[in-house]
Amino acid sequence: MPETLRLALAIAGKDIRAELRSRTALLSAIVFAALVLVVFNFARDPTALSAVDLAPSVLWVTFALAAMVALNRAFTIEREHGALDGLLLAPLPRSALFAGKLLANLAFVGTVEALTLPLFVLFFNVDLRAALPGIIGVTVLATVGFVSVGTIFSAMAVRTRFAELMLPVLLLPFMVPPLIGAVQVTARLLAGRPMSEMLGWLRLLALYDVVFVTLCTMVFPAVVDE
Amino acid sequence: MPSYDGAADPAAPVLEARGLRRSFGRVRVLHDIDLTLAAGEALAVAGPNGAGKSTLLRLLAGLLRPAAGEVRVLGRSLRGGDAAARRAIGLLSHQSLLYDDLTLAENLTFAAKLYGLSHPAAAARAALEAAGLGDRSGALPSRLSRGLLQRAAIARALLHRPRVLLLDEPFTALDAAAAARLREMLRERLTEGLGMVIVTHHLAEVWEIATRVAVMVDGRWVADQPRTGALEAFLPRYRTWIDA
Repeated sequence: MPETLRLALAIAGKDIRAELRSRTALLSAIVFAALVLVVFNFARDPTALSAVDLAPSVLWVTFALAAMVALNRAFTIEREHGALDGLLLAPLPRSALFAGKLLANLAFVGTVEALTLPLFVLFFNVDLRAALPGIIGVTVLATVGFVSVGTIFSAMAVRTRFAELMLPVLLLPFMVPPLIGAVQVTARLLAGRPMSEMLGWLRLLALYDVVFVTLCTMVFPAVVDE
Repeated sequence: MPSYDGAADPAAPVLEARGLRRSFGRVRVLHDIDLTLAAGEALAVAGPNGAGKSTLLRLLAGLLRPAAGEVRVLGRSLRGGDAAARRAIGLLSHQSLLYDDLTLAENLTFAAKLYGLSHPAAAARAALEAAGLGDRSGALPSRLSRGLLQRAAIARALLHRPRVLLLDEPFTALDAAAAARLREMLRERLTEGLGMVIVTHHLAEVWEIATRVAVMVDGRWVADQPRTGALEAFLPRYRTWIDA
């Protein structure tokens, strides 16, 4: 196994083990996602807008907000007892540290999304059976992009006094492109439209992933080194 | 066990700093600091609060980038994150570097993986045994007293058998028995050729271990001399330097 991958898996494994023991961020994000769905469900006027029309936007706003809660923990865990110093002191490439954090964050956000989806079906009464493989695919594509950006902003925000407030302010503007793409694809999937109508958006999501995963990996050392 | 064969220049000092400068905002914290540390040497760095001692330690560890100057470990520059240079450094800082949600064994096993030790779990067990924490390997750091936490931090710092050990107030919160045990451990490592920089406010705690004593005031060395004689003879001069 390449050294960078071995180190990245060790870091991701450590984060997942710590989270499974405390369950703080995961439970908070899932409860938060459920609350967002409840608010949207009761705040909408069913006579003005049908659930199906609103569903793609609600799904992705819920995913984005819940992801923000999950991403906040990525580097706050490293703030306790100066643990980040322990990572930076070790002879590991910064790219391995970024990859490890990215993998752990993808696991968290993916888990939150997987648990949110049934709640979304429950509240909005949407039939996902035919669209489910497509929804999973677009979720993976969009999540990789914004979690990658979220990982680097989480590292940046943790050195500030108001890390929990800084992350949404920094991250939300960068979440707009993948969210637009994901909402458009989800709407077409739920409406049973042909794949040809989604290809452009899927390409945009894939391009966003390639650009931002590469860019974030390159920028990460400058963010964590003082 | 990590190997340094082929990674080090055997004739080079274990630690060398040249012209280290660092500012925070407009405040210059360190002014062109030079430092050379040979194998088996223990340098005690004393000085008043705000003198720049902890900043110096973070620069030597590679946790801060100097505005000017360079740090070399075993003849290799820390600039650019040289893995062999980093692997040779152990740090005991004000904080334990441990995760509250992992047990001591899990914390040290994770650290051993980061340093590429061949049997991480066994290395973690051995380090905890050496620190007298063998029976607490399953404990979470948040459940430990300050003294036990400091011992766990020491175990983490020594886990990968570094060649240079940087210690910031290592005797903080240790009881007399634990402090004596740590002194003994540090002496053993010195005889094995480890180089140490020990930052302290309490020279009495490190006087017997130190082979050299340096005094820093306002980011500059005001003294750097071999440790000779009794501490009582040194203290009047020390007070003169820090009060000047």
